[in-house]
Amino acid sequence: MEVVTSFKPLLALSVSAIAALLILLTGERRRNLREGWTFAAALVKFFIVVSMIPAVLDGKVIECSLVQLFPGVSLQFRVDAFGLFFATLASFLWMATSAYSIGYMRGLRSHAQTRFFFCFAFALHGALGIAFAGNLFTLFIFYEILTVSTFPLVAHKETGEAISGGRKYLAYLLSGAALVIFSMGVTYSLTGTLDFKSGGFLQGHGSDGLLRVLFAAFILGFGTKAALMPLHEWLPTAMVAPTPVSALLHAVAVVKAGVFCVLRVILYVFGPDLLSGLHLGIVLASFASLTVLLSGMLALAQDNLKRRLAFSTINNLAIIILGASLLSPSAITGGIFHIAAHGFMKITLFFAAGAIYVKTHLEKVSELDGIGKSMPITMASFAVAALGIAGIPPMAGFISKWYLCLGSLEAGQIVFLFVLLGSALLDIAYFGPIIYHSFFKKPVGRQHCGLDEASLWMVIPIAACAALSILFGIFPNAFVHFFDIASLVAKSALGTN
Amino acid sequence: MISSPFPVLIIVVPLISAFLIVIAGLIKKSLCYPLMILSLSASVLSSLAILNDVLSHGTVHYRLGGWPPPWGIEYVIDHLNAFVALIVSAISLLIGISAKRMVERDFPGKSAYVYCLFVLQVTGLLGIVVTGDVFNLYVFLEIASIAGYALIAIGEDGAPFASFNYMIYGTIGACFYLLGVGYLYIVTGSLNMADLSKLLPGLQSSKVVLMAFAFLMVGIAVKMALFPLHVWLPDAYTYAPSPVSALVAPLTTKVGAYVMIRILLTVFPPSFFIETVPAALLLRWLGGFAVLFGCIFALAQTDFKRMLGYVLIAEIGYIALGIGFGNRNGLTGSILHILNDGLMMASLFLIVGAITYKGGPRKMARFTGLHGKMPLTMAAFVVSALSVVGIPPTCGFFSKWYLVLGGIDSKQWLFVAVLLASSLLNAILFFRVIEKAYFEPSMDEQGVDRKALNPTGGQQNILSNKVKIDEAPLTILIPILIMAAGVLSVGLLSGRIVSGIIRFAIPAHF
Amino acid sequence: MEFIIGKYNYWIYICLMMIGFYAMIGKRNLVKKLIGMNIFQTSIILFFVSTGSKKGATIPIVEHGARAVEAVRYINPLPHVLMLTAIVVMVSTFGVALALLMMIYRRYHTLEEDEILGFRK
Repeated sequence: MEVVTSFKPLLALSVSAIAALLILLTGERRRNLREGWTFAAALVKFFIVVSMIPAVLDGKVIECSLVQLFPGVSLQFRVDAFGLFFATLASFLWMATSAYSIGYMRGLRSHAQTRFFFCFAFALHGALGIAFAGNLFTLFIFYEILTVSTFPLVAHKETGEAISGGRKYLAYLLSGAALVIFSMGVTYSLTGTLDFKSGGFLQGHGSDGLLRVLFAAFILGFGTKAALMPLHEWLPTAMVAPTPVSALLHAVAVVKAGVFCVLRVILYVFGPDLLSGLHLGIVLASFASLTVLLSGMLALAQDNLKRRLAFSTINNLAIIILGASLLSPSAITGGIFHIAAHGFMKITLFFAAGAIYVKTHLEKVSELDGIGKSMPITMASFAVAALGIAGIPPMAGFISKWYLCLGSLEAGQIVFLFVLLGSALLDIAYFGPIIYHSFFKKPVGRQHCGLDEASLWMVIPIAACAALSILFGIFPNAFVHFFDIASLVAKSALGTN
Repeated sequence: MISSPFPVLIIVVPLISAFLIVIAGLIKKSLCYPLMILSLSASVLSSLAILNDVLSHGTVHYRLGGWPPPWGIEYVIDHLNAFVALIVSAISLLIGISAKRMVERDFPGKSAYVYCLFVLQVTGLLGIVVTGDVFNLYVFLEIASIAGYALIAIGEDGAPFASFNYMIYGTIGACFYLLGVGYLYIVTGSLNMADLSKLLPGLQSSKVVLMAFAFLMVGIAVKMALFPLHVWLPDAYTYAPSPVSALVAPLTTKVGAYVMIRILLTVFPPSFFIETVPAALLLRWLGGFAVLFGCIFALAQTDFKRMLGYVLIAEIGYIALGIGFGNRNGLTGSILHILNDGLMMASLFLIVGAITYKGGPRKMARFTGLHGKMPLTMAAFVVSALSVVGIPPTCGFFSKWYLVLGGIDSKQWLFVAVLLASSLLNAILFFRVIEKAYFEPSMDEQGVDRKALNPTGGQQNILSNKVKIDEAPLTILIPILIMAAGVLSVGLLSGRIVSGIIRFAIPAHF
Repeated sequence: MEFIIGKYNYWIYICLMMIGFYAMIGKRNLVKKLIGMNIFQTSIILFFVSTGSKKGATIPIVEHGARAVEAVRYINPLPHVLMLTAIVVMVSTFGVALALLMMIYRRYHTLEEDEILGFRK
């Protein structure tokens, strides 16, 4: 594999850190300038990330080493296909969210907006660092930056509920991080390195029993961020956060970072061969399937719209992990593509929920009767994204689900095919009523039924994300080659190229 | 053999200037502060020069009065004490700079004496670090301690009593140390550390050596406040004046830890404390208990400064734990933690000083709205707090990482679990404070809760949230910010520090 | 018997040390604690001095006209010298301690530990 040394990854990372500082310095006085920084940083970051795509598609790896931290491990960024995939997704959606959050925060005249935008930029810094990290240690540094910078965002409302949500979030994630430190330590003392390697680097070290414990510790550690059941409890609680936070961080950056880390461990630390040798893939897949089905059923029981979306997120994250743990090429491709597909669709759903909240202060599913008449664009986008999550063509969700199903057949595990189909049915079951009620039921107890959309700052991102979900369903390689990159990851991880 | 004047300059300059400060105070009060800063800067410069010498030529020796060892007193500086000396002198310079406004306001007319004691304390600490003679070390230990007793006693209401208790414990510790030295002298007839390290390997089975070892260890454990000999610490550091606790709290205990490492690794053969006597086992258990005990007692505190005292006990536990692992990674963690903990504790204690200087509260329940009043101080607080919790990329994480590695290498899973659990306990401790300072609305002048006036809570208007910025003066703020920057950057540079300095400070066969 | 009588100086030092130690830890009056501290320190001086002494030996000054230095005949001076330093240290500790007691007395008008702790509650 050809290695290119370049400062681009560092540049992409520092953009958001610099933006965060500028936001802090600008402060509340000049709000337009402050939001300008966010927007500019999002754009610049996206273009830097995208500019790395051609090289990576050629099979090159972009590397940037800074300082050595201890023997065998340095602070190193290494952009491979998988990292780039996540980075592209995160920076792509940051642009949309920047626009949206301006509309949202101003619409609610929220307090402490400087802190909000500062932490937001820093969270993106963390997410991108995770994507570009070349070894477990660097990854962990940014993992913790992401954890800590999200805490003020969860507790943003400063109400008792928000603060206890923040506490729960920290308690879960820091406990997970402690497990990660432990497993990193064991890995390092076994192998003397922490650098990611396609196909894993743990093969041939340690006894089977130790490796199984190590794998469990890794999955439990990173699994907290990926909201794998039974470690998911923080995610629905964290929905007290402002909607842009739920949208970008709790549908894309934070939880996907957790999934990303889990996949890194599966594909680049342990490696498919070792995992199937230890029969761990099937165990993880079973756990993930349980999460898929349980969270789908729990979502049915939620009346709060954002909580329902949160359980749907847990459901989809588990599907991604399920795909990767099946260890067959199509399943991995599908799982990774689902990171992006689900990202675009779920952000649309959250955006829509936020727009409804800003306009009407409604949060409950049961109160949304007839809302589609007053907010047609929002609700149409909502419907598109919801159907996409259920896997209905031509939305992006169809492609990923299709490949996941193919993958489960390739792996010879028919059971998981039924799990996937079952979860699609559950998706329809918990999203269908919302769509139906909002368009076809008469509003109860609300007067105005005229057109009353949220501000353009919010509507345009919603519509754009919905449109992109369809576009990526028809042309999975549009603009940023999501599908090609995903299949490249699968190939290189399985060593079939 | 390299001989250079810096090892003695590092002590003589502050020692002499301590007396000059008193004289200057009689002539002109305003001379004292510059004199103190000058002498402390001289110490920093000479410790930098020594470190440079050590890095390029290896161990530096200085014979006092030209007497060759083992007859004369010799100052020997290798990688370990060059490193610790730089930490001690640099942190005390920063604290010295910040002391000006606090001392002049709290002790008007007596600032010369405070500065004198302050410099004497630093002299003692540096002396402990540079000397190569076990008895000379006792003398410096007592210089530092006596200056410390006096400095602590000038604090607030309970200070003299706390200081007296500290003195009782400190004297017991020092006397035990002295007894240990006596027993060592009976067996070997030498007081020179290098000489002792040559003589002791042949005498490992001697009961007298065993007694000497036990006395030395207990004595040092009292001075470094290792659980369960820590009882003097919380009171003494809570009641001490702010600049004093910022100086004494991080440094005295760290220097104690240095002495322990020095005795265990250099004076006695390293195999002695691991194999011959179960000292490593004991240190592990005591360290583990110290960590848990410190964190849990810290949870019960309402006074922020007192809480820091208990956190400090836990931090000492980390160092003991690392030594107790008895392997390279564990020791690296301990030595690195001397630096990291020195930085973050100095910064935290100084932040308390800054808050109280501006009339702020020390009770954590009244920290509400502090971030609006002192944004920079509180930002530094967040950085230092994250470091104590052990969140990368702050420096606290890196020493913890080495300690965890040390635990894994020696297969001490229980203590690895303790280390990881303590991070979570520390997280509870500090995020509680951060929550208060950042998320809870401040009480306004009349003590009326703003939330009660504006029940919408989160939705309140931006303008009503304006709090007037009222930071501590620059002499206090800048040292705080420098230390916070240190906390942030030392972590990422720890690779350089470990491979450049600490690697050589640990005997090669580890 | 020989073990006890032959090394009586060490036994005395241990007894003194224990007395001092008890007073420092067990007594509730601060002055008594301080006295205990003094006894404790003195016992250590006794210990050091007796390690250096020898029966029938003399001070380490070479006699006028002596040809060869007979090391056996002299007392080892070093422990005694060390104790000079230690005494200085102890005296200064004592001085600071007395000053502290004065401060405490001015504040609480008592030197009983229990009463002081009662005041501070």
